[in-house]
Amino acid sequence: MKNETIHLSSLSIGYAGKSNTKVVATGIEAGINSGELTCLLGANGVGKSTLLRTLSAFQPKLSGKILIQGKDISDYTDSELSTIISVVLTEKCDVRNMTVDELVGLGRSPYTGFWGSLSVDDREIVKHSIEMVKAEGLTHRMVHTLSDGERQKVMIAKALAQETPVIFLDEPTAFLDFPSKVEMMQLLHRLSRETGKTIFLSTHDLELALQIADKIWLMDKTNGLMIGTPEDLSLNGSLSNFFARKGIVFDRETGLFRVDNTHTSELRLVGHGQKYSMARKALQRNGILAGRSVESSFFIETGELKNTEYIIHPSEDESINVASIEEMLEVVEKYFKTFGENNNVGDNDF
Amino acid sequence: MKRHTTLIMLLIVASIFFFFLLNLLLGSVHIPLLSVCNILMGGNEESVIWENIILKSRVPQALTALVAGAGLAISGLQMQTVFRNPLAGPSVLGISSGASLGVAFVVLLSGSLGGVALSNLGYFGEVALSIAAIAGALSVMALIVYVSQKVKGNVTLLIIGVMIGYVASAIIGVLKYFSVEEDIRAYVIWGLGSFSRVSGDQMMLFVCIMAILVPLSFLLIKTLNLLLLGDGYARNLGLNIKRARLLVITCSGVLVAIVTAYCGPIMFLGLAVPHLCRAIFHTSDHRILMPAVLFTGASLALICNLIARMPGLEGALPVNSVTALVGAPIVASVLFRKRKNELNE
Repeated sequence: MKNETIHLSSLSIGYAGKSNTKVVATGIEAGINSGELTCLLGANGVGKSTLLRTLSAFQPKLSGKILIQGKDISDYTDSELSTIISVVLTEKCDVRNMTVDELVGLGRSPYTGFWGSLSVDDREIVKHSIEMVKAEGLTHRMVHTLSDGERQKVMIAKALAQETPVIFLDEPTAFLDFPSKVEMMQLLHRLSRETGKTIFLSTHDLELALQIADKIWLMDKTNGLMIGTPEDLSLNGSLSNFFARKGIVFDRETGLFRVDNTHTSELRLVGHGQKYSMARKALQRNGILAGRSVESSFFIETGELKNTEYIIHPSEDESINVASIEEMLEVVEKYFKTFGENNNVGDNDF
Repeated sequence: MKRHTTLIMLLIVASIFFFFLLNLLLGSVHIPLLSVCNILMGGNEESVIWENIILKSRVPQALTALVAGAGLAISGLQMQTVFRNPLAGPSVLGISSGASLGVAFVVLLSGSLGGVALSNLGYFGEVALSIAAIAGALSVMALIVYVSQKVKGNVTLLIIGVMIGYVASAIIGVLKYFSVEEDIRAYVIWGLGSFSRVSGDQMMLFVCIMAILVPLSFLLIKTLNLLLLGDGYARNLGLNIKRARLLVITCSGVLVAIVTAYCGPIMFLGLAVPHLCRAIFHTSDHRILMPAVLFTGASLALICNLIARMPGLEGALPVNSVTALVGAPIVASVLFRKRKNELNE
């Protein structure tokens, strides 16, 4: 069941100083649902961290309302909040001589007694939390020997052990290699579905967020905050406006971004399937716009899908067979060097 | 794992008893073990001189060393955790410098202004020294606590502490410059540290104060465990960071102040013992570390006292030199071994 667990109305965030107040963002109206993965995207310095810190009650809001489960955040005491919001921070937790088990166990602190000893139930919850992030193999490892990805998983297990309906994560995918990033996002998405928790995170990994997140928050200096599913945001043009910069193109067909390579020459490319799109991609990277619709006497056939061969048809000479895209690129490059630019657009030699 | 820990803990406790007894046995005057036992049991057969040596000198000295070592080690552990810095120790925050400043004021000024050399005042002088040291240490600590509520970063606070220490040393330097030679000598001797200065009633007072303060510091175990995670996570787990810092620094500061007042500034014990315990027990959990540093600190202080009073030596070595000679290699070797372990893992 989806419920709005967090509601923001006319919220202003920033830093209140004695003489001058620095407003980072203002007039934020939004809601975050339970059982969903919500990703906050925005350029550096736009206020993602400030927003996250304000929502986690690490710093006071300037004005407006933050309602968590219908109650204003400032009406909660510190110990109440620790059972409602858990966080995973960017700062590396450089604790030494502590096992994963013990670290996740500290997540139970809001519930444990004076000495912080874990009961049988607490131990069960710790074990279950570690299982949920699939880190059973790490249970007895020392935290400082873990890789960045493993450590991040363990911190998420700590957040789970805290048993809060809301989890905030500040750039959980930073410092990770690509497969770990994907694993991390899928893990969080799965957790939001399985546990019905409200999971809200900030990230710079645009592509991943667009593919995995349920809701996207776009934070921008000029347009303010835009919220929606990735698909809605791409249809209404918010996404392409948002990242309208030189060198980035929003591909409306796939709903993803790609790097825009400007081209200097054009080339006819015949074929289909994966080989066709790969050859096209490689040529595009080298500044050559290739495709079925381009007309040129010099053309390339991608051939059958069974083998890796490509057939190059120069305008005068015999056709050449090459075994890989790398070789194809070499031939094409040589060709353009000798014949220069006069062989591009609309060649009418025949 | 758990049984292992208990076993080591028991061994350390046993070592305290062993070294305590050794402290009573060894010294410049040879007293046989049987006689020592007899005197401790309250027997009257032994010579009065031996009785006096044991009851008026060796027992108070050993008790002082035991209690001071425990207090300094706990204080060091608390400082290292709250500042998340392996080099933090009781002397780093300028608290012992504060005590030195207090003592310097009394010792050096009483001579040049009052015309009375404090060293000639006997018992009254001793009490005045303790009071001056506590006053100096607590006022620096109050300053640090005040600053800790104002600044955010731990490193900033640590640097301010170090700066306060420098200022205190500078003032002491100026005071020394204007003092008479005997007073400077008295001050320097105080600064070398000693477990034998405390005598009779004062020793009882010292032990009683520490017997109250040390258990009190155990109340902060959960707080310290949370602080290990860093301010952000600790706060998210419901810890009030400002209050936690206030409590830990106050507790640790008071412990240092009292020990310094009675024994002079004892270096390195507070820094070395927590490192040693982490290396022995392979844990950062304060539920284990607290009792561990308490016992290890007591045991190590007894060993240092033993070395300082090595049999066959005229008089005694300054305790401060011994603790530094024992402590520095411990810290270095622990850090060195840690490096090697990390490479292997």
